Amino acid sequence: MVRESNRHFKFDWITIILFFLLVGFGWLNIMSASHTGTDFSYFDFSQPFGKQLVFIILTFILIILLLAIDAKFYERFSSIIYIISMLSLVGLFIFGKNVNGATSWYAIGSFTIQPSEFAKTATALAVAKYVSDLNTNINTFKDQIRTFVIIMIPALLVLLQNDTGSTIVYGAFFFVLYREGLPKYYLTIGVAIILLSVLSLKFGAILASVIAFLFLVIFHFYSKKKLRIFQSIFISIIALGISFGVKFFYQSILKPHQQDRISLWLRLEKDPKKLEQMKRTFAYNLNESEKAISSGGFTGKGFMEGTRTTGKFVPEQHTDYIFSTVGEEWGFLGSAFVVVVFVLLLLRILHLAELQKSQFSRVYGYGVASIIFIHFFINIGMVMGLIPTIGIPLPMFSYGGSGLWAFTILIFIFIKLDSNRINEW
Amino acid sequence: MRQFLLFISIIAVGILFLSRLFYLQIYDANNYSLFEDNAIRKVYDYPKRGFVYDRNGKLLVANQPSYDVMVIPREVEPLDTLEFCSLLKIDKAQFIKKFNKARRYSPRLPSVFVSHLSKEDYAVLQEKMRKFDGFYIQKRSLRSYETTIGANVLGDIGEVNNRDIKKEPYYKMGDLIGRQGVEASYEKTLRGVKGIKFIQKDRFNRNIGPYKGGKFDTIPEQGKDITITIDAQLQAYGELLMQNKRGGVIAIEPASGEILAMVAAPTYDPNILVGRNRSEGFRQLKKDSLANPLFNRSLQGVYEPGSPFKLMNALIALQENVLTPEETVTCYAGYKYGNRFMKCHCNRGTKNNMTGGIQRSCNAYFATTYRKILDKSGSASEGIDTWSKHAKSFGLGNFLGYDLKVGQKGRIPDRAYYKRIYPKTFYSTYTISNAIGQGEVATTPIQLANMVAAIANRGYYFTPHIIKNIKGEGLHENYTKPKYTTIDKEHFEPVIEGMHQVYKKGTASSLQVKDIEICGKTGTVENFAIIDSLKTQLTDHSIFVAFAPKDNPKIAIAVFVENGYWGSRFAGKVASLMIERHIKGYITRKDLEEWLLKHTLEDEYAKPYSGEPFKINGYTTLQIVEAQEYYRLKKELNRINNSKN
Repeated sequence: MVRESNRHFKFDWITIILFFLLVGFGWLNIMSASHTGTDFSYFDFSQPFGKQLVFIILTFILIILLLAIDAKFYERFSSIIYIISMLSLVGLFIFGKNVNGATSWYAIGSFTIQPSEFAKTATALAVAKYVSDLNTNINTFKDQIRTFVIIMIPALLVLLQNDTGSTIVYGAFFFVLYREGLPKYYLTIGVAIILLSVLSLKFGAILASVIAFLFLVIFHFYSKKKLRIFQSIFISIIALGISFGVKFFYQSILKPHQQDRISLWLRLEKDPKKLEQMKRTFAYNLNESEKAISSGGFTGKGFMEGTRTTGKFVPEQHTDYIFSTVGEEWGFLGSAFVVVVFVLLLLRILHLAELQKSQFSRVYGYGVASIIFIHFFINIGMVMGLIPTIGIPLPMFSYGGSGLWAFTILIFIFIKLDSNRINEW
Repeated sequence: MRQFLLFISIIAVGILFLSRLFYLQIYDANNYSLFEDNAIRKVYDYPKRGFVYDRNGKLLVANQPSYDVMVIPREVEPLDTLEFCSLLKIDKAQFIKKFNKARRYSPRLPSVFVSHLSKEDYAVLQEKMRKFDGFYIQKRSLRSYETTIGANVLGDIGEVNNRDIKKEPYYKMGDLIGRQGVEASYEKTLRGVKGIKFIQKDRFNRNIGPYKGGKFDTIPEQGKDITITIDAQLQAYGELLMQNKRGGVIAIEPASGEILAMVAAPTYDPNILVGRNRSEGFRQLKKDSLANPLFNRSLQGVYEPGSPFKLMNALIALQENVLTPEETVTCYAGYKYGNRFMKCHCNRGTKNNMTGGIQRSCNAYFATTYRKILDKSGSASEGIDTWSKHAKSFGLGNFLGYDLKVGQKGRIPDRAYYKRIYPKTFYSTYTISNAIGQGEVATTPIQLANMVAAIANRGYYFTPHIIKNIKGEGLHENYTKPKYTTIDKEHFEPVIEGMHQVYKKGTASSLQVKDIEICGKTGTVENFAIIDSLKTQLTDHSIFVAFAPKDNPKIAIAVFVENGYWGSRFAGKVASLMIERHIKGYITRKDLEEWLLKHTLEDEYAKPYSGEPFKINGYTTLQIVEAQEYYRLKKELNRINNSKN
């Protein structure tokens, strides 16, 4: 009996409470952003907030199921889960339904499901399984390649389905692999490439290469870890190639709408007429969303009182742009609250992950934190105009059953794993 | 170290987001205002603008509905253009032109398609309007002048400009505001307060219902009607008499300060500044830069007052006790000071006391008087300050504080003023012209009328005003409290007696009106214009001030007729007729009336601009109006006489 009652307290209630805080607050905002007119019923299931309420209620059943399953199951069956998930992605090419240009939905009657949301969880399990395998050494090139393949399969599949946002999410696994011992130069190279690209686009290829070259020269003479001269020269040439290549990539490979997004983000467009034009077309969402957030001020206009939300000025406000509703109606206090809750949740998961005794649990926990972090960073960053427009939902917050359930599964598998860590010995 | 990468990233992103939020919502956020929120449509409900009545209750200004056909180009569906054009009385080419213009302005916003439909066209069109998608009729309210007189008093309304909006955020683009006259002075009273409805709209600019159930909506507050002090008949009569002349007439009721008539000539029909024609009408009026009908000569015209100012000097002399009314001054057909000479119309050797001095308008008498005032204390500088203080107590030399927006200060010089001109020494003879109302003194017609009203009241005046009554409001204290001059009551009688004699035996003896004891004073003022950069003398201004009856005065009047030559020639006639009309209600001096209608000064006004040499004053003959014009004036006169209050 004693053992039974303790079971409930093994789950990390802090994570669970933070999770439901976000889900609940998210639902209130979905209601604000999607209700029409003044008289409405909370249980109007034709409306997004009504549907979301059903999804939330079903979440409880899902959670009970997830926590009831034995923790060993997830580790043991991770490969099979991964394979099923990948097959569901492949199946989209045949049975998928096209929504807004992305073929990422299965439609069964009026019910749609987005397998790419669940693929993240599956990949996190698979990566955890492979990296925690006793035969795997992430420092070897062979195992790095294999791990990358596990990650790249779903990433490429969703990219082919025109879901660029979800592809970028798989970058989250870098944090996982780095934690598990991926050589440092990956980080160096990654950061260097991003920096070089941004510098090159913003200030031109020549200036970017000059900066890179100067940096290398300084590094060459002052670093303790001396590079050989031909290594430095080799890196210089690569940097030069990237600096000039980015321009080519930007102009020839990226689609026009992607170019525009980057151009707006880096403030490359100087012509005020063109800027106005941008604000009315593709930058409309961003512009409206920033205006909505800004108009909220310190305390916000109040729940269901946001004029821009009520007027549906921000398209997709109940999905990707849900944070602008928070900004308008709850002001700085509400928005800061959401940011803080997310940060606390992420830190909590990270903390728990570090406490794990099994490597599988730890790697998986890291995966959970990284995936949520990337979503959090890209979504809110986009809504506030800090990064280019990339369409991915805000976890637990945005409208959508697939998303909500996928994150529920992602987090509660970890909670289950965590609850089992005492039995690990 | 490795476990800290994600940890640091999370913390960094959290801080980044919080700072961005701080920037967007606190640092960069403007204070939220419902009015500036473009997610909320503000629909204004305009109240009826108040009517304007004259002192006898005659309606002067009302409203008229006006119907504009509006178009929202994007919402226009294919239509029967032929029928639509015939309803609007336009042809197809015009239709296309107007439509393209509206589309160029904005496909989504409404623009005026055809403005100011007649009521008949509106009635027909309204029935068929539903057939024409994208078009609708908007009702607007325009001013409707029930009269053709008093443009300078009534003023007009026009659309607000950006400056108005900045000054008074109540106004929104397209609102109307009083521009001149009482429309401007009593703008807030007349306009009322518009009501507002807040309507939530969506990003397609569609209305999706009242904002918060109409919690913040307000209903309009109707504009209040006002009654003005003008007597419409007297005003019309004054305007008629002043036709073909330039100048100003101001008649004030001394016992109240109410402005009975305020004529600025030339004037214009207020109806030309209504509705569709406003800008064109305004342009036309503005273009006439010489006659300048928009210039309100009775308030803004600054003239040297001439002889009427002698009354002021007489009063000051009595108050300062520098002479008695009985003391005489001998006139040698002029006044010699130093080696200079000021001419006078008196016969050589005439002995004038104060009454005689005023009656004959003796320059020598007033030159002597003026010098006595200035030299009383032995210092002309001190004297001029005393003199200036008294004159200013009559409301001269500064804004009077009446309730119309335009005006001029005029000028009553003082010690400080002359200090700039004569920094070292200053003698009374330097400013001797002030004795006869020329030189540095300058007044507007309304100031002079007010001075006369103060004399008529024997020592006080009420600030002249145009407002008689606002429904449900008392008059401002400024208009109901007498303002006392610095001259004691007993000093007025000799001056008034002099003014009386002007009519009895003096310069205005030809203007007597049966059964009315009028007190007046003529003025003939030299004036100059710069022509081809040469200072050229023009025909004298004809000036006249008067009040009547002598006891218990009902009207005080000042008349300026530019280049009318001598005081009783034009101005005196106008004054006498206005007085008779006001007191009796009818005219016995038909001869004066006839004379004024018949004569025009247009030639006189054209002379300086003809480019040819010309003669002035006595060397000119007076021009008679053409027969057609004469009949027009006569017809107008009949209309005024027959109009009932």
